Amino acid sequence: MNAKVTLEKMSVHFGANHAVKGVDLDFAANSVTAIIGPSGCGKSTLLRAINRMHDLVPSARVSGRIMLDSHDIYERSIDPVAIRRKIGMVFQKPNPFPAMSIYDNVIAGYKLNNGVQRSVADEIVESCLKRVALWDEVKDRLKTSAMDLSGGQQQRLCIARTIAVQPEVILMDEPCSALDPIATLKIEELIDELKERYTIIIVTHNMQQAARVSDATAFMYLGELVESGATRKIFTTPEKRQTEDYITGRFG
Amino acid sequence: MRSITLRNWQNHAATAMMLLGTVAVLVPLALVFFHILRMGFSSLSLDFFTNIPKPTGESGGGMANGLLGSAIMITLSACIGLPIGILGAVYLTEFGGGKLANTIRFSADVLAGVPSIITGMVAYTLLVVPMKGFSALAGAVALALIMIPIVLRTTEEQLKMVPGTLREASLALGVPLWRTSLQVMLKTATKGIVTGVLLAIARIAGETAPLLFTALGNQFWSRKLTEPMAALPLQIFSFAIAPYEDWHKLAWAGALVLVVVMFTLNIGARLMGRSARQS
Ligand SMILES: Nc1ncnc2c1ncn2[C@@H]1O[C@H](COP(=O)(O)OP(=O)(O)OP(=O)(O)O)[C@@H](O)[C@H]1O
Ligand SMILES: [Mg+2]
Repeated sequence: MNAKVTLEKMSVHFGANHAVKGVDLDFAANSVTAIIGPSGCGKSTLLRAINRMHDLVPSARVSGRIMLDSHDIYERSIDPVAIRRKIGMVFQKPNPFPAMSIYDNVIAGYKLNNGVQRSVADEIVESCLKRVALWDEVKDRLKTSAMDLSGGQQQRLCIARTIAVQPEVILMDEPCSALDPIATLKIEELIDELKERYTIIIVTHNMQQAARVSDATAFMYLGELVESGATRKIFTTPEKRQTEDYITGRFG
Repeated sequence: MRSITLRNWQNHAATAMMLLGTVAVLVPLALVFFHILRMGFSSLSLDFFTNIPKPTGESGGGMANGLLGSAIMITLSACIGLPIGILGAVYLTEFGGGKLANTIRFSADVLAGVPSIITGMVAYTLLVVPMKGFSALAGAVALALIMIPIVLRTTEEQLKMVPGTLREASLALGVPLWRTSLQVMLKTATKGIVTGVLLAIARIAGETAPLLFTALGNQFWSRKLTEPMAALPLQIFSFAIAPYEDWHKLAWAGALVLVVVMFTLNIGARLMGRSARQS
């Protein structure tokens, strides 16, 4: 297995708060890696470091190395905008652009940059909405506001928006936590399909979800990576006591 | 038992006081409005909108030049004030967290509190004196100085209400921060910002003092920005203090038009604000 993204002694500080502590971790290409761990252990912080979202937070400092195809994404010469084009992100709460229609939301990555030809845009919108299984539900109202969709539909729209710009890696931070079980199932099926083309890293609080969708799992606790490996192994024969306690719900 | 009657009584008393307060606010407003309507309506005619003032002694005439002058100067001051105010607010919310941002905020608050006649004097010193003459341009700058802090602070408030997750969503699509600020954050806040802009325009539409030493006023048509220009509030002012009955009537008509314009702008702003909150 070749690694698409590699963390080497990666740490994140917020001022004096050491939120992620020297994590070494590989994310394999075309697979789903789940990051699990109790609230506040630094899962989101680790995830957001991978597409340089912390650049916006003045107190945040990322150290160590994060490699995308063995190039350090924090190197001085590298433009964070170019990195984010390759590493997309889906957020915990569905966040479609409220001032845009469904159509414009899907094509937002192009529209907000240099624009795109109408015919090309039509194609992208249709194919992306089909891939997130939203096309049939919205094809007759593409020009209406994205805010009229249900939460689950909005989240699928956000995924469509993310894959429309053809990233290589997709980060997902608890993408189903605001959704009901049926919408969750749809997103999980979608993740399974998406991994053929993308490298997916997903943070989740739901153990069943991690077991269902992921190929590899990493368990974090208090900012440190406790254990990582094939999902089946982590869930059946974990090496560390802490991992076992967390997975079986005997934690704390 | 006694405590319940007491509480009921207190309740009634409080309601009555609030009712009284409402009436105390509404009665003067209604009085002003109806008085202006009564005095203005009888003197309002087509002439008012199409003619310039007649020389003293002749009857008739209108304030068409003042209406046009006000429209020109308000447009010009909006062209100066809106970009500065709105882009300044984008800077404050999106890029500025430091000392400079706080200094700008503080200055805007101070500027908003400066009496408008002083703003007029500033524009006089900065523009009228060096340009050796009163001008519409100086008037527009004075109005823009009043407009900037209002637009800046209301836009900032509106931008703060846009969820930060939209900024992150846009950045995660590989959109640069400056495009994100303008095309996502500012655009999402558009309706609320338009509300603030309409209120700011309503505010400067009625300003008289800052125009006294800048645009000065003009009895004739004036289209050059480098020359004195008529403005509705200035004309109302000078006609109202003139010793002629005819001019007083025109002043009332002007006041009516001004009040209707402000009323319309305020209602427009409210409607905009309401639909902004719904979406
Ligand atoms: N923007 C920030 N500024 C300062 N500290 C932060 C910031 N974001 C996160 N932290 C801190 O980093 C630590 C890890 O937070 P993080 O959000 O990564 O946890 P998490 O594992 O995602 O938790 P949850 O499961 O509840 O989402 C916490 O101590 C938090 O207070
Ligand atoms: Mg989190």
